Amino acid sequence: MRRGIAIAAALLLLALPWLLHAVLPANQAGFWTGNILGRALVFGIIAMSLTFLATYGGFVSLAQMMIAGVAGYTLAIFVEGAVPRIVGGAGYALAIPLGVLAATLMGLLVGAIAVRTRDIYLLMITLSLSMGVFRFVETNITWFNGYEGIRNVVGPSLWGLDFRNPWVFYHVTLGTAVLLFAGVMYLVRSPFGLVLQGIRDNPRRVAALGYNVALHRIAAFGVAGFIAGCGGVLATIYNIGISPGTIGLGATVNVLIMAVIGGLGHPVGAFLGSFIFTVFDTFAATVYDRDRFNTLIGIVFLVIVLASPDGVLGVGTRLRRLLGRRAADK
Amino acid sequence: MGANDRMELAATIVLNGLTLAALYFIVASGFSLIFGLMRVVNMAHGTLYLVAGYVGYAVFEPLYDQDLWWAWYAGLAAGVLAAAVFGALLQQLLLGWMQGQELRQALVTIGISIIAADQILAIYGGNPRQFFAPDAIFGSTQVPLVGGYPTFRLVQIGVAVAVGVALWLLLNRTRLGMMIRAGVDDREMLGACGVNVPLVGVAVFALGAALCGLGGVIGSTAQPLAMGQDGRFLLISLVVVIVGGMGSVTGTAVGAILVGLAEQLGQAMFPTYSVVLTFVMMVAVLALRPQGILGRA
Repeated sequence: MRRGIAIAAALLLLALPWLLHAVLPANQAGFWTGNILGRALVFGIIAMSLTFLATYGGFVSLAQMMIAGVAGYTLAIFVEGAVPRIVGGAGYALAIPLGVLAATLMGLLVGAIAVRTRDIYLLMITLSLSMGVFRFVETNITWFNGYEGIRNVVGPSLWGLDFRNPWVFYHVTLGTAVLLFAGVMYLVRSPFGLVLQGIRDNPRRVAALGYNVALHRIAAFGVAGFIAGCGGVLATIYNIGISPGTIGLGATVNVLIMAVIGGLGHPVGAFLGSFIFTVFDTFAATVYDRDRFNTLIGIVFLVIVLASPDGVLGVGTRLRRLLGRRAADK
Repeated sequence: MGANDRMELAATIVLNGLTLAALYFIVASGFSLIFGLMRVVNMAHGTLYLVAGYVGYAVFEPLYDQDLWWAWYAGLAAGVLAAAVFGALLQQLLLGWMQGQELRQALVTIGISIIAADQILAIYGGNPRQFFAPDAIFGSTQVPLVGGYPTFRLVQIGVAVAVGVALWLLLNRTRLGMMIRAGVDDREMLGACGVNVPLVGVAVFALGAALCGLGGVIGSTAQPLAMGQDGRFLLISLVVVIVGGMGSVTGTAVGAILVGLAEQLGQAMFPTYSVVLTFVMMVAVLALRPQGILGRA
């Protein structure tokens, strides 16, 4: 039954742009497809890399946005047409895999640095690492063009379909998100995923069984780096470039907010959270005050953490349990 | 450049590093104190810096316009008090009842820091501001080897040393200090001995926040106060405490000196890559001694 729900959800998401087109005027349908759904999916992918680590490894890493940024910067540095030209010369077919590879390597590196730490220590160390990269990128002109960043990463054209078309962008992003999501769901049932969950619950026992705990942890960060890298490439194309602000403290915390609002209990929470975040971000002006978006999202975040630490997903589970108990009482 | 000039330059860089380290120590000691007893990673620590700076400035400015000599001291007192109250309320209202859920507490303080920074921006606007030090500690002083050096920066070092000594005395020579040290080792036992542990918690939080507030006003006298400083000082507190060792006053001092010197030396020797030096140091410490240089395993 669960597989049925998943397939139905995927089909609905696939058809959503056409449904929106039928309900909304053309320009609004395009806006919803590209700037809300597309953007929510892109950041959902990045948030899912955090949710994957948190749910199955117990690691709340604040380095995921920085790792996504590594992919974005690598793409922007190598791809032809980016302004200013840092290395250039590569087509998207080469620059995109390079970006994802760089992010995977950065993920492995972060995992190796943080390998002996847990919980809040891990949180502190990953945050410091990403802020270190942020400040380095911001002050380095030669490789990253400093504060201004690199512009004009427009994205490829696939068989005559331009990436700047919101429908094309949405479907490519949706495809990537579905593949990565399915990959995560497969991975956590594989022997590797089971060992990872064993490490989360009791690292000593897993080590006593003969597994190399450190290596599994580092590998999990590598997988999360790959996921974040895919998101980073898409985010860079969505933003037509990348600047240090993309990986600053605000952006880093935003990814955490998305993951926590959605719920750290299941990877699908990342997409729920990023959708809620994006809707708030877009419509904050009508709810409260455009400039006070941070207060609004901060309050939502705080309420979630105080009332339902397992996010919106947790609210759903609790309601179902409550209703189930009522039904059982009758 | 003569040998004498080079000597002078080196001494200036070291002294700059130490003044920076002094500020970092004042701010990070509060972070370390809170972490040591409460096991709370206070992600709103940088926010306390902002709160102290802006509230202090709101008190300072009208008094300064009237040319009152104690304007700065009033601003300092107001800033420190505001931070202490903010910290005590944070612990009392939000963090106290989820003691033990460390990650959730860290998330709560992240939420608070987002809201508070945004509200400070709404109330005070985005313009940077800077305190003017009172005449008594303004101007420059002759320092051997260096020559003329801003007096206020030397005061900064003096305040840091005083904070360090006072903290050591408080922790090692007073009843409150005894309770705090006992609480670090075993909270439950301390409670069983009849000590009101939640009250000690609020006191520690207020004290740690007050230290950050002290750093906030002093730091905003030495350099402009602006939005974004919260992130900077949170990051510095994290790195100092990771390098020096969690929850140890001496460790925090060692961490602050290393980070301050690394920053100034880096800027003098290889400006574009200076940031990297601090983080390479952090990674090296983590690889060799994950608990920090003076941290307990």
